[in-house]
Amino acid sequence: MASGLILLQGACAKQEPKMNQSSAANQISSGILYASRALLLLLTGLIVAWIFTSTALADEVGFEQAVQQLTTRKFRDKEKAVKQLADIQDKRTLPVLQALLDARLYYRKSDKRVVIVVPIDGQYQLSDPLNGEQLGTAAKRQLKKIGINNKLRKLLKAKLASLSLESPDVEVRLAAVEQMLGHLDEAQADYITRLAEQEQDEDVRDAMGSALALHQLEHGSDEQRLQAISLLSGNLSQVVNNHLQALLEKNEQGEFLETNTTLRKAASRALDLISSRLQINSIIETTFFGLSLGSVLLLAAIGLAITFGVMGVINMAHGELIMLGAYTTYLVQSAMPNYTDLSLIVAVPAAFIVSGLFGIMIERFVIRHLYGRPLETLLATFGVSLILQQLVRTVISAQNVAVSNPSWMSGSWQINAALSLTYNRLFIFIFAMVVFVALLLILKKTALGLQVRAVSQNRPMAQAMGIRSGWVDAMTFGLGSGVAGIAGVALSQLTNVGPNMGQAYIIDSFMVVVFGGVGNLWGTFVGALSLGAANKFIEPWSGAVLAKIIVLVFIIMFIQKYPRGLFPQKGRSAEN
Amino acid sequence: MNMIRKLKVVKYALIGAALSFSAQVQAGDTIKVGVLHSLSGTMAISESTLKDTVLMMIDEQNKAGGVMGKQLEAVVVDPASNWPLFAEKTRELISKKKVDVIFGCWTSVSRKSVLPVLEELNGLLFYPVQYEGEESSKNVFYTGAAPNQQAIPAVDYLMNDLEVERWVLAGTDYVYPRTTNKILEAYLKAKGVKSKDIMINYTPFGHSDWQSIVSDIKKFGSRGKKTAVVSTINGDANVPFYKELGNQGITADNIPVVAFSVGEEELSGIDTKPLVGHLAAWNYFMSVDADVNNEFIKSWQKFVKNKKRVSNDPMEATYIGFKMWVKAVEKAGTTDTDAVEKAMIGIAVPNLTGGIATMMPNHHLTKPVLIGEIQEDGQFEVVWKTNGTVVGDAWSDFLPGSKDLISDWRAPLACGNYNVKTGKCSGQNF
Repeated sequence: MASGLILLQGACAKQEPKMNQSSAANQISSGILYASRALLLLLTGLIVAWIFTSTALADEVGFEQAVQQLTTRKFRDKEKAVKQLADIQDKRTLPVLQALLDARLYYRKSDKRVVIVVPIDGQYQLSDPLNGEQLGTAAKRQLKKIGINNKLRKLLKAKLASLSLESPDVEVRLAAVEQMLGHLDEAQADYITRLAEQEQDEDVRDAMGSALALHQLEHGSDEQRLQAISLLSGNLSQVVNNHLQALLEKNEQGEFLETNTTLRKAASRALDLISSRLQINSIIETTFFGLSLGSVLLLAAIGLAITFGVMGVINMAHGELIMLGAYTTYLVQSAMPNYTDLSLIVAVPAAFIVSGLFGIMIERFVIRHLYGRPLETLLATFGVSLILQQLVRTVISAQNVAVSNPSWMSGSWQINAALSLTYNRLFIFIFAMVVFVALLLILKKTALGLQVRAVSQNRPMAQAMGIRSGWVDAMTFGLGSGVAGIAGVALSQLTNVGPNMGQAYIIDSFMVVVFGGVGNLWGTFVGALSLGAANKFIEPWSGAVLAKIIVLVFIIMFIQKYPRGLFPQKGRSAEN
Repeated sequence: MNMIRKLKVVKYALIGAALSFSAQVQAGDTIKVGVLHSLSGTMAISESTLKDTVLMMIDEQNKAGGVMGKQLEAVVVDPASNWPLFAEKTRELISKKKVDVIFGCWTSVSRKSVLPVLEELNGLLFYPVQYEGEESSKNVFYTGAAPNQQAIPAVDYLMNDLEVERWVLAGTDYVYPRTTNKILEAYLKAKGVKSKDIMINYTPFGHSDWQSIVSDIKKFGSRGKKTAVVSTINGDANVPFYKELGNQGITADNIPVVAFSVGEEELSGIDTKPLVGHLAAWNYFMSVDADVNNEFIKSWQKFVKNKKRVSNDPMEATYIGFKMWVKAVEKAGTTDTDAVEKAMIGIAVPNLTGGIATMMPNHHLTKPVLIGEIQEDGQFEVVWKTNGTVVGDAWSDFLPGSKDLISDWRAPLACGNYNVKTGKCSGQNF
């Protein structure tokens, strides 16, 4: 088209002299000249348009090529392709890069076509990253995932952040600004300045403000920097902290790198404020860690508080009952593979029933015959624990099994830049409280609870009142075991699920129950939480190994002085 | 009737005779191979796999005609993850069962407990697991990696390729992590890393509450310099560690963790989603695409009748050790310990990653070092490897006590810890 027009223009130019010959023709000629000028203008316009469309075409080709290049095995080439994709201003870039980061970008083995996948019922739903076209479904083995490494992951996150600054989702915008905090270039700073003016959300605007202040701290005039410091004062982000700290650094001769004294003073004041706030944060954090460890101890021990504390049975298989609960979680999860989020809720009653039934069986077949002979009970239940371990090894596997976390238990709750609480710990803490309250209610408010307390306080008298003490024993043991099973569900979210997992908790459980005072649920509660907190407050300065030893030594000394624990039983039943 | 009964009697007699005959043949003409791996207790998870590997190798060797025309016979014992029991079982294998060679041990403490018995009775042990070094016994061949074949190259990779400047050395509190971290600390300091940029942390076995440690690592790692964690955390404690990392938002691209004790076998019991991108350093990965490896995996999965079973680094070390022993016995023409020991040095067999493993005079191997990133399917993708192989160094060059020591079991020197400065062999047996 363009070359055709050039020919036409040439033809007009050639005709010009001829037309000049007559005056009559002059008008016409000027008309033609005018026309030819108009043509020229049109032509230029067309050429510009052509260049424009061709760059758009080049971008289109570049986009396609870059996407195709992602299928290469070499990470360096993939890196180039990602950079190329990010440079092309295209709406389709963001979903492609996001899919690559989330391991949802595959290519078909048959024709090497790159596809974005969404897993549905063990099948993959494919869509074309180029035009969004749906390509039907495919099995996993027909596809090959486009792998990435850490370098690529980092690059992708940085590129995605700058691409998603205008995302409609507030969370995404906030994450993007936070990701870019501390490494803005001039163009990005201008871009964010513009965005900050229109930003509606206060948090995002604040984050943008800190990012820009940090940028000015690096590149601005002294006055701007001073202003930036006052803006950043009290900001808890570690990046800000590092930048302020850098202002106070000295070189090898002991001279400050930053020559402006006012700036240094302002920075050190800002840092003082930050560090005092961080101190408060870290106390809150450690307390949470302690309570969380305490809640795990509480869950593990509370079943024992019933079997050992109320019934007086030393049950060495308690840890294995926890393990059975954890394995129930695993089995429930593998029975409903597409409902991970729901499976955990189903697992709680299931684990209670499974462990409870095993507990009742142990009581009926072993412990019942050994009441009043603690040493034999200890040995017999130890044997039972070995049997249960081997049972799991033979029936399921000697290897650990994988229990996945539901989505609502992954990640953490970001309270401020320096303080975040992980969801799984938070839920387990709440769960432990619920279990404790429920048990307390069962023992205090139900008929079973009344009978249990009656039997444990005075067995012959209870029998004389018409209570079937044998039945109550079995139920009590079943209840304690069932609670151990529930603890197993919670622990499966924190640690390994394997045949040996129970042994890790048996000592801790006895420790808590003995420390808290045998036969008292409140003692177990206070004992577990205070031991957890003590452990976590000692840990930062002594290390994990020594912290454990110190706690054990403390308990030994405590038991020497108060052999009946924190909350000793009072009254006649305490005498024997 | 009578006839039939007579026939039956004859039949039984024949069977009996055949049985006793074959038993005699067995007794006279087999070479006994001891297998000393825990089949119960905490270490059963890892060690039972190696027992199966040895049994598979013996099975294959027997099908191929045995060694020197004799069939191999496995003698399997169970030391039950109980360290003193390892020593007792070794004594039983050598004195009572009269085995010619032992494949076994996993933890360093079990090896240390076996060592005096081996030296007293002049037995032969192939030890297939990566370990902390600082040992070279006449009676032991170390087919796993020494620290310079795993830890040091991994640190080099982090330093050069990922530009790491701050280091967390996290480990379980026992001899392997303590020694490895001592070596690494000395190495890092020699490379100009300052003390304030190194954080060392030990935790008890089976540690499950990682909240405060991970939070410390997070704080340590956000000081503006690239940080990495070098993990010698052992066994079960890894799962809660990685879970906590994931939940506290530490991903492989901010703070990568490179582990020396996490392999395919360990990952098969973990939900690997939070681990993707973290690293491990080994001398073998199941994902390595080599003909000999594919064949090995195929026969392994056939042997254990499980298409999903994985292979791992200590299995490769067992494979190499076994092949070397067969070759050495054939070279020596006898299973006599001293003769085999002499023949072993210089023996070369193909490893499973497409290279050659050679037994050096210090009873350690030459090995390639591979760094892999954990993938979502529990496999590793190799992101870096050494050019060629690295010679295992029994005595680390970075510890003051051992940098002047060398080990050479060849004729004139024949010493496991010869001090090149004083020119003396310390005379200790290991």
